[in-house]
Amino acid sequence: MPTTNVGADDPPWVDGNALAGPLGEIMGTDLTVAELTCAGCRMTRPLAAMRVFDRAPGLVARCPGCEDVVMRLVRTADRALVDLRGSLVVSIPVPIT
Amino acid sequence: MAVITRGFGGRRRDDADLPPGQYRTDDFPVLSAGPTPRIGLDEWELAVVTETGERSTWSWAEFTALPADEPTVDIHCVTRWSKFGTSWRGVSVDTLLADVDTAAEYVVAHSYGGYTTNIPLEGLLDGQAWVAYEFDGAPLAPVHGGPARLLVPHLYFWKSAKWLRALELRLDDEPGFWETAGYHNDGDPWREQRYLED
Ligand SMILES: [Zn+2]
Repeated sequence: MPTTNVGADDPPWVDGNALAGPLGEIMGTDLTVAELTCAGCRMTRPLAAMRVFDRAPGLVARCPGCEDVVMRLVRTADRALVDLRGSLVVSIPVPIT
Repeated sequence: MAVITRGFGGRRRDDADLPPGQYRTDDFPVLSAGPTPRIGLDEWELAVVTETGERSTWSWAEFTALPADEPTVDIHCVTRWSKFGTSWRGVSVDTLLADVDTAAEYVVAHSYGGYTTNIPLEGLLDGQAWVAYEFDGAPLAPVHGGPARLLVPHLYFWKSAKWLRALELRLDDEPGFWETAGYHNDGDPWREQRYLED
């Protein structure tokens, strides 16, 4: 599976790991291993499998199956907004206690 | 026809023509929040839908037969680049709404591919906005919003929806794709209305 389409005729996207850095910075946890359930097609995939359009006013993660938006991340002057209306569930592994 | 003629009287364009916080570029950067929709001209359609559900539609042949303007305008992207003197051909929103009966005060622009953006109706009238289908004398490229895009140069360029499919006239305001995700509802570059708290 390609992890980017940069160089193609279409707008470039990169893989979901591009979100892990900024998200980790905001939330203080490593989200590369998080899984999202797409509200469009209900498939659950790791964040890393999503396609992130990063040449836009924010970061836009789309489901590789149905192309619906699963997550948006916008940095304003003094806030970070994480919009998750496109994900039904965000599943994050935790240490077994 | 509203054409910005500033800078065409011999004066060099300079930073005084830039809204606050912007820099000048001569490129035309491509910003995209998703894949480029590919719409064949035979299936392309533009719709205006009023608050009562009344639809006016134009096929590509009908749309391009409407009287067109050739505005030359400055454009300002919220990611801080501005481009001076861009040349377009398009149909003014005034022309599209000439025979439309509406009491709406707000518009949501809908794109092929699902993008939306909201603009007060008065910000689209009186020669302030077009549905553009040529850039620099050539058909508008798909990456820049072709077959046709909204062109609202007095607002940040995210309001100029690419791949325009419909203008929905509404009595109430309905924030669009970026307006619901941290960007300003109005997006006036001269007031530097970038983010929701600005
Ligand atoms: Zn999906």
